[in-house]
Amino acid sequence: MPDTDKTIISVQDVTKRFGSTVTAVDNVNLEIKEGEFFALLGPSGCGKTTLLRMIAGFETLTEGAILIDGDDVSSVEPTHRPVNMVFQSYAVFPHMTVEENVGYGLRVVGTPKAEIDSRVKEAIDLVRLSGLEQRKPNKLSGGQQQRVALARALVKKPKVLLLDEPLSALDAKLREAMQLELVRLQENVGITFIIVTHDQKEALSMANRIAVMGDGKILQIASPKTLYEYPSSSFVADFIGQVNLFDVTEQGIAHGELTLTVDELGAVVLPGVDTSRTYHKLALRPEKIGVARDKPSEIGLVAIPAKLVEDSYIGDQSHLYFETAGGKALSASVQNRDRDDHHLNKRGEKMWLYWHPAHFQPLSD
Amino acid sequence: MSRRRLNVNPLDYSRKLWMRSAMGFTFFFLYFPIISLIIFSFNDSKRNITWQGFTLKYYEKAFNNNQLHEAFANSLLIAGISTLTATVLGAMLGLALYRFRFPMQGPYEGIVHLPIVIPEICLAVAMVAFFATVEVPLGLVTITVSHIAFSIPFVAVVIRARMAGFNRSLEEASADLGASQWQTFWNVTFPYMKPGLVAGALLAFTLSLDDFVITFFTSGPGSTTFPIKIYSMVRFSVTPEVNAASTVLIVITLALTTLALWVQSKSQRNESNA
Ligand SMILES: Nc1ncnc2c1ncn2[C@@H]1O[C@H](COP(=O)(O)OP(=O)(O)OP(=O)(O)O)[C@@H](O)[C@H]1O
Ligand SMILES: [Mg+2]
Repeated sequence: MPDTDKTIISVQDVTKRFGSTVTAVDNVNLEIKEGEFFALLGPSGCGKTTLLRMIAGFETLTEGAILIDGDDVSSVEPTHRPVNMVFQSYAVFPHMTVEENVGYGLRVVGTPKAEIDSRVKEAIDLVRLSGLEQRKPNKLSGGQQQRVALARALVKKPKVLLLDEPLSALDAKLREAMQLELVRLQENVGITFIIVTHDQKEALSMANRIAVMGDGKILQIASPKTLYEYPSSSFVADFIGQVNLFDVTEQGIAHGELTLTVDELGAVVLPGVDTSRTYHKLALRPEKIGVARDKPSEIGLVAIPAKLVEDSYIGDQSHLYFETAGGKALSASVQNRDRDDHHLNKRGEKMWLYWHPAHFQPLSD
Repeated sequence: MSRRRLNVNPLDYSRKLWMRSAMGFTFFFLYFPIISLIIFSFNDSKRNITWQGFTLKYYEKAFNNNQLHEAFANSLLIAGISTLTATVLGAMLGLALYRFRFPMQGPYEGIVHLPIVIPEICLAVAMVAFFATVEVPLGLVTITVSHIAFSIPFVAVVIRARMAGFNRSLEEASADLGASQWQTFWNVTFPYMKPGLVAGALLAFTLSLDDFVITFFTSGPGSTTFPIKIYSMVRFSVTPEVNAASTVLIVITLALTTLALWVQSKSQRNESNA
């Protein structure tokens, strides 16, 4: 968690164009606090790498300014910026040993030998590479090369560590382990981390705050929980996890509370929602939906009958795909609590889907 | 028929008689002249026609032939200087072509590589004409300059090919870690280029060492090189002494090529795919 409220990186109205046609980053504003674990999340080609490379100094800005620790760095070479980067391809120097790789950033600036030795040892211990100091990179696994890249950047004690999809080349198991390890590392060293990823699970599990990007723009900046439970647009709702979207046909106010009308569901009352805006969609996460044979009797629930069309078993959960009488597709996910009864349902069976209207997230787009 | 074909492993073709004989003939035509040249360099006879017995005296004779000595020294000097210069210039050219995008790059690249495809005789005539225009007397200097000129594109091509496999983020990582551009070049780029430099330099060296046409045109009195000397000896008669001298040249070239291959395979083993 952030220790202070100090802004360490401030991205102000930054735009990046390649040529006259490609706008990779479009008028982005960001404030990143000291000690934060910040994630830039978005689909491929949305400009995440470009934004990160502008912070590192490898790309010039077309418009706007970037401040690191209060200083405008527009005219500062990457060499002299107090940030370090872990590259997607690791970019570990192939002709140097682990030790030489880690010490490189200290050697080139003329750090005394004794200090290099102790800091290198510390960094190697930190990423748990002890014993491999004399290995060449081609004798290391992907995960180990990753750690070399991390140690090499951390040994410089940067104000901010930039990581461009650092885990994308690792297999699923190792990836999960490294996610935990990165979080542990970040807590230990207290350095601000900015990580780029297109894996929403990775971002949710690691970051304190996430900026979702789409098409060069920042769509929402929020904590993982807010992002998932209260997405601000259907793009964000859809990109982070799975979502059911309902079209709003009518908007009204009853007894001072927002009432939205949805096909097949009728009027839905949403207490405490801003009534001044216009809403076009309602979002509902699949796991918020309950599934039952009989219509639930509890008052205040939204309930709709639907036919099961597909049941996909993924171990801990089952994703159930339904179709309503009006042809609307809905998905629900249920925990498989019992070993032998993971689905009580047969394809084609009529079931009741129900949920509390408070789980609806109204969307304006 | 077609079914049988499908079952044949590509390497199995070497089991077929026609394939084997084709291979045999190829090797025979390629290497028979060279092997007989080497064998007859040990022949104890004034002429090369029949085998008279083993001797090393023609090697002795060749080693004691002062003119041959001088020609060999000239060749080494020219090859040494031209290799050094051409490697540095060619490497810079190859690196620039790999690194930078500039207007007219395509045509520029084409022109730069032209000397590789232009017939050597044309290049030779052009050189002579050029040296006449700038009024430089023909001799060791003009030979060396010509050799540098035609070696540069070869080195550039080798370096360019080598750099095509270079991971640009290595340079970015180096800069990111606080290295100056100069430090980045010597610590990161240069070690990667090294096998290409060695290969390019050896190529330039062998090209220079056995060049005949351009050397012949750009040489002047007293600037005989090894190939030209051998040519003039052959014009009198093909004695085992010529064989001996040529064998020495073959051995040197072979040794250098082996060295180049060894350096390359060693560096490949050292590299990760990162
Ligand atoms: N050097 C460049 N020249 C021209 N266009 C570029 C350049 N670099 C990036 N782009 C374009 O800018 C856009 C954003 O690229 P960027 O690499 O930042 O995407 P990304 O979000 O990192 O994607 P990914 O998840 O695939 O890595 C893309 O449309 C890309 O084609
Ligand atoms: Mg990217």
